[in-house]
Amino acid sequence: MQTMTKKQMNEWTEVGKLIDIPRQGARVVRTRDGDIAVFRTADDQVFALRDRCPHKGGPLSQGIVHGHKVACPLHDWKIHLDTGLAMAPDEGCAARFPVRVLDGHVFLSLEPDEGCPNR
Amino acid sequence: MKEKLVLVGNGMAGIRTLEELLKLAPEKYEITVFGAEPYPNYNRILLSPVLTGEKRFEEIILNDDTWYAGHDITLHKGKKVVEIDRRQRRVLAEGGTTASYDRLLLATGSNPFLLPVPGKDLPGVVAFRDLWDVEVMLTAARQCRHAVVIGGGLLGLEAANGLMKQGMKVTVVHLPDLLMERQLDAASARMLKKSLEERGLQFVLNGATKEIIGKKSVQGVVLEDGRELTADLVVMAVGIRPNIELAKKAGLYCERGVLVSDTMQSYDPRIYAVGECVQHRGQTYGLVAPLFEQAKVCANHLAHYGIARYEGSVISTKLKVTGIDLFSAGDFTGDDSTEEIVLQDVGRGMYKKVVLKDNRIRGAVMYGDTLDGTWYFQMMRDGTDVSNLRDKLLFGQAHLGDAGHGDIKSRVASMPDTAEICGCNGVCKGTIVKAITDKKLFTLEEVRAHTKASSSCGSCTGLVENLLAATLGGDYSTAPKKKPLCPCTEHTHDDIRAVIRDQKLKSIRAVMEKMEWKTPDGCNKCRPALNFYLLVAWPGEYVDDNQSRFINERVHANIQKDGTYSVVPRIWGGETTPAELRALAEIAEKYSVPTVHITGGQRIDFLGVPKETLPAMWGDLSKAGFVSGHAYGKAIRTVKTCVGKTWCRFGTQDSTTMGIDLEKMTWGSWTPHKFKLAVSGCPRNCAEATIKDFGVVCVDSGYELHVGGNGGVKVRATDFLCAVKAPEEVMEYCAAFLQAYREEAHYLERTAPWVERVGLAYVKQRVVEDGVGRRALAERFRYSQKFAQIDPWAERANGAERHEFVPLKMVG
Repeated sequence: MQTMTKKQMNEWTEVGKLIDIPRQGARVVRTRDGDIAVFRTADDQVFALRDRCPHKGGPLSQGIVHGHKVACPLHDWKIHLDTGLAMAPDEGCAARFPVRVLDGHVFLSLEPDEGCPNR
Repeated sequence: MKEKLVLVGNGMAGIRTLEELLKLAPEKYEITVFGAEPYPNYNRILLSPVLTGEKRFEEIILNDDTWYAGHDITLHKGKKVVEIDRRQRRVLAEGGTTASYDRLLLATGSNPFLLPVPGKDLPGVVAFRDLWDVEVMLTAARQCRHAVVIGGGLLGLEAANGLMKQGMKVTVVHLPDLLMERQLDAASARMLKKSLEERGLQFVLNGATKEIIGKKSVQGVVLEDGRELTADLVVMAVGIRPNIELAKKAGLYCERGVLVSDTMQSYDPRIYAVGECVQHRGQTYGLVAPLFEQAKVCANHLAHYGIARYEGSVISTKLKVTGIDLFSAGDFTGDDSTEEIVLQDVGRGMYKKVVLKDNRIRGAVMYGDTLDGTWYFQMMRDGTDVSNLRDKLLFGQAHLGDAGHGDIKSRVASMPDTAEICGCNGVCKGTIVKAITDKKLFTLEEVRAHTKASSSCGSCTGLVENLLAATLGGDYSTAPKKKPLCPCTEHTHDDIRAVIRDQKLKSIRAVMEKMEWKTPDGCNKCRPALNFYLLVAWPGEYVDDNQSRFINERVHANIQKDGTYSVVPRIWGGETTPAELRALAEIAEKYSVPTVHITGGQRIDFLGVPKETLPAMWGDLSKAGFVSGHAYGKAIRTVKTCVGKTWCRFGTQDSTTMGIDLEKMTWGSWTPHKFKLAVSGCPRNCAEATIKDFGVVCVDSGYELHVGGNGGVKVRATDFLCAVKAPEEVMEYCAAFLQAYREEAHYLERTAPWVERVGLAYVKQRVVEDGVGRRALAERFRYSQKFAQIDPWAERANGAERHEFVPLKMVG
């Protein structure tokens, strides 16, 4: 999660309440540039990734969330939620979107982090 | 500050332990390695091919110097450790090098045993143990002519074969009257001898060595019976002894080897030991597979994970002499309580023997055709009941309808590198072989992780195993004896089910806590399994955990490659009406369904439905009287029928009504894997009931019941369960069979492998012979159905689980 100094408040978009996302699950935020999957893990951490598996484009939001990973529903690639990187030996990544929770509300930056071609 | 780990022994077991440790805890230790040999870690198994000239030394190096440097490991090559100071926690090597440790790992391997005969120390007498020995042999082969190998076991024969390939005239002197007597029975040992003699080796069996003679170097071997054999080189290959000199000197408790516990610890808890120097539960091991299992456990404890246990290994042996195929595992001699099945074809040079006890494989010896060795070995370790396979067992897996792979071995060998091995993931032979050699893969699981080969449908598993065996020299490791449910736990499916039942555990969390799961909330393999097990154990009580279900079962539709879904309404028994078809047509048009398809189970499939549209479409289907067809789940799928005696001139019973009744009774039930049924109105079997999980074939006198069939990857025809007279009996037997399968099969195990694993006799006993048991099973099934037969589509059309079907937010 980003700190306020790096991103100004007006760059954050409120997308809903934390309790709207099931634990060990995900919801989709639909944008003009494509879907973003917002995950909530068993320990109530929130992560956001481009909803597109680096392998064959499967919707990661539909996968089973376990630990801080999600298993893509199409071919079972495991993606690390904190980095967006595929678990070795698979290679690839889904772009990471900064996300933060404030008073039970989830805020998302629609600008993905640098470094991953799968934006 | 990092803790200090010192490894004594730069061989395969020790380095493998470090590799496993670095995977788990790369930063934990400052590591120092001492190796007596002046080389980096190499693959000792492949010394035989180096001797024959099939491989060069560089090709068998496993970890070169850059690997040690890359992991900040200090390597002392060519420095033999001579003392362990346990009080100061320090080791001392020849030449004065010392290193202190917080934990010490001993992997000193073994020493060749030298016969205590006169002349054993003459130049020209070597063992066959390390690269130095191989170099001596290769030099001798260039300059001399006669070699004698003492010992006709695995190692001795490989040495003899290698020297013969290098142009020497080789005689093997062996004390017993059979070659490889610890791995072979009389018949196979004789076949081996014959074929080695044809290649030019000479044998002296019952040959006791009295003395090795020679002035400056070896000139001959004298036997007890007075015979004298000319020899310029003598290779002693009469056995190995765990190298425990150092451990003993340090006061560690040793018998034949260094005694270790299930955590690979010696009597000094700071000192661990792995590999050939170890004695565990009375056993010492000299093959690579058990050593690697030990390495994994040891690394787990060195990393302070503290959960793994080594419980011993079952081993198998293959001889690495090119062109001779030999496999041996377990107890191949048998006793009064065992039976043998033997197939021998001297003309083709083929011999197979499987030793059975209570219809379970105890051991096997194979000569000439060893393709099915891994298959027998797997069944031996799993304790599979082979009563149904007995008549086909020795003909091999290929004769069981294994997707037509035919003679795998010769196919694999003759395949070009571009040949596709894994059709699901498009992996060709060259890619797999390259991954095995470049990435040093030793197990099927590793090949799957790195190449994806055989990781999907699994039908090419045999091909991949053969590639592994061929590439590694036939000595690779397969799965451990007891297969845990998934890497999150050490426990097996059966253990977990028993604990759920006996300890009355009623949530996934409770199971994970009670059974000490290694991960905080499991993974996508164990959570669906646990969810299912709990659902079966506590019908009406356990609340299904949606987040532990695969997407298809979570949203009650089948995800497609583009992220849309398919919708298959239930059409009872495959019989429909114009009104129903009209309603389906209108719904398909209303939602602009891109593709409408008739499925193999006599249903109609709407493909390409976006997720958000599902609830509305289901609402319309519900209004027209349709419920979910569960085409997406590990659940009752379809009951396929023919029209039966209502129309067909051959029909004997009303198969359609029977099918509809079966479907009404069973729909909605969750099962370990998908479950398909069919009812055919006569033995012509138009509904293909004999490749279904439960099939009914109507006959004039009643109904024949068949179980455990499937189409798909591995076609298997059903086994005949029994014949019954009345329709009510069909219902009861079906319910009982289903419930036994639900309660006892492993999650994701279809009825075909389940029936093969437990044996048809067992299923018959539970469902046919034990009438009271059958009625109880059927009753439990019917009870659980009370809570299962709620249409998930109607619920969701009415707003249940709404969050699944709408975006959290639309932006922009």
